[in-house]
Amino acid sequence: MSFNATRPTLLAAPGVAWLVAFMVAPCLLVLSYAFFERGVWGGVEYTFTLENFARVADPLYAKIFLNSARIALTASVLAILIAYPAAYAISRAPRMTQPVLLFFAVLPFWSNYLIRTYAWIVLLNREGLVNNLLRKLGYTGEPLSMLYTEGAVITGLVYNYLPFVILAIYSVLSRLNPELMEASRDLGAGPVRTFLRVTLPLTLPGVAAGGVFVFVLSIGNFVTPALLGGGRFQMVGNLVYDQFLTANDWPFGAALGAALIATMIVLLLVQARATAHASGERAGEARE
Amino acid sequence: MKTKNGLAATTAAAALLAASLAAGTASAADLVISNWDGYMAPDIADTFKAATGLEIEVVNHATNEEVMGKLMASGGKGYDIVFVSSPFAEILNGQGLAEPIDHAAVPNLANLYPEATTLAYDPGNTFSVPYTWGTTGLCYRSDLVEGTPDSWMNLLQPSDALKGKTTMLATDRWLMAAGELAKGYSVNETDPAKLEEVKNLLIEAKKTLLAYDDTTFYSKLVSGEASLVHAWDGWCNYGIGENKDIKYVVPKEGSDLWIDTIVVLKSSANKEAAMKFIDFILDARNHAWAAENILYKVPNKAAMDSLDKALVEQYPNMAMAPADFTKYELLRDLGAAQKDYSRIVSEIKAAN
Repeated sequence: MSFNATRPTLLAAPGVAWLVAFMVAPCLLVLSYAFFERGVWGGVEYTFTLENFARVADPLYAKIFLNSARIALTASVLAILIAYPAAYAISRAPRMTQPVLLFFAVLPFWSNYLIRTYAWIVLLNREGLVNNLLRKLGYTGEPLSMLYTEGAVITGLVYNYLPFVILAIYSVLSRLNPELMEASRDLGAGPVRTFLRVTLPLTLPGVAAGGVFVFVLSIGNFVTPALLGGGRFQMVGNLVYDQFLTANDWPFGAALGAALIATMIVLLLVQARATAHASGERAGEARE
Repeated sequence: MKTKNGLAATTAAAALLAASLAAGTASAADLVISNWDGYMAPDIADTFKAATGLEIEVVNHATNEEVMGKLMASGGKGYDIVFVSSPFAEILNGQGLAEPIDHAAVPNLANLYPEATTLAYDPGNTFSVPYTWGTTGLCYRSDLVEGTPDSWMNLLQPSDALKGKTTMLATDRWLMAAGELAKGYSVNETDPAKLEEVKNLLIEAKKTLLAYDDTTFYSKLVSGEASLVHAWDGWCNYGIGENKDIKYVVPKEGSDLWIDTIVVLKSSANKEAAMKFIDFILDARNHAWAAENILYKVPNKAAMDSLDKALVEQYPNMAMAPADFTKYELLRDLGAAQKDYSRIVSEIKAAN
């Protein structure tokens, strides 16, 4: 009996220790830095101030927050719109081929994130593959400026995080009981109605999980905007990065980071609540 | 001067992690040296060991700011020698972190040009030794740009044909210097009203840029993505090497004079070995490596005199006489105004 009671806590200990040492402690450290003044060359001077938080709310920086949120939201919506049909198709494919299709969906993960992002530079730049192809096809105007635009940043984010969304939606779709759809059809609903009233609501937790995942990863991303945005389109991740590594203003960077972490926590909580709510509903329906 | 690495944004995070891990482990080497990636001969550890029997460990930093942050946090511990740009050497000295250079132990100091021994931030090379030096100006495709760009305004307020085809350096001091020189101000200006003007000029300029680029601007010229870029002279040479139509010009308003230096840290436990390393670098053959391979001018007369004439012909800015560019204003330590600079640059980058 004691075996059963104590084992789980013991087994969780390494994981908990890891989280505390490398997740909770650094977050608290970041938060505490935010309340002090900067040293000229990095580090902090331990004089209490709230100026850093006031600066986060400065319209200039608040706008970057909102802009990042807008870009991340756009990326999430696009990723869902692309991933849902893909996941649906995979889940309807013959059982034997599903693993193969999933393998192809996650194949990009086998190469490095940076290399995948650099590939977009090669594709999109003014002398890149897309423009050269257009020229071969007879286009004679000015080459298109696709790289170093917001569109390029969103493209890079959607491309890189799409497999997560496909997997998240697929995992829900594949567990869906086909009899539910059959019942819907037997009761007279057409395919569209069945999808909208049965399939979609039941797969919303997967959609939400995938969407929040893309949003959270995108809003804090700094590599993609740096590479595909050419440094002209700053997202909040770049701002944080700059404060720590070039401006040497750790406290301001910490205040920005704390605001970002808080945003992510709120979103993840909302998503967890939504998922719990949806699965609770389903459990309720099943009981009826 | 430079953020001499791949994309600053991408690698610096990894470098920071690697360096912080490295700093935590006691090194078995006699000397730990922090330099920009690729800024010394790759086999330097072997050749130095063959010459002196001493082991060195080279770590890389991506930017001056990055290594300064670490040195300030640790009081210089963990490093024996750092390569930093002159304003940062000045700060290290001001903070009491720089060890005086023992001239008796570095006889090769005699190889330096006279101009390199009287630099205003450190006359007499008391705490720093110059490693490379040069100018910052415009690097352009003479076949794509009409006429010769001769003003910083060609970059900051480009003609319609050049809009979206220019890049600027994003590192604080050089980004600011472009605006300051264009306005006729000092590259060390601290007057808030003037800095505000410079900020507004640079925000307007941002709208016409293809990108900010500290590391790959020359390849954008080679590919034709950009026609005119803000560049350190040595890095323009990388473009010239690939396309003869690429040229370098110092605008009529002038340039800053930048100097990358070698500093020994006071906290070093092995100062004698550190002086030996500096002497080794200042050896004409070893110092010529930097000129031949990273295509930066070096302040070492013996090394520059030994260069192949063909190299100097191919890269005209290598032939600039020290007197012709040491007349430009040195970047100096800004003191408390450094905070204003980093804040203004944050605001420029955030503006849209």
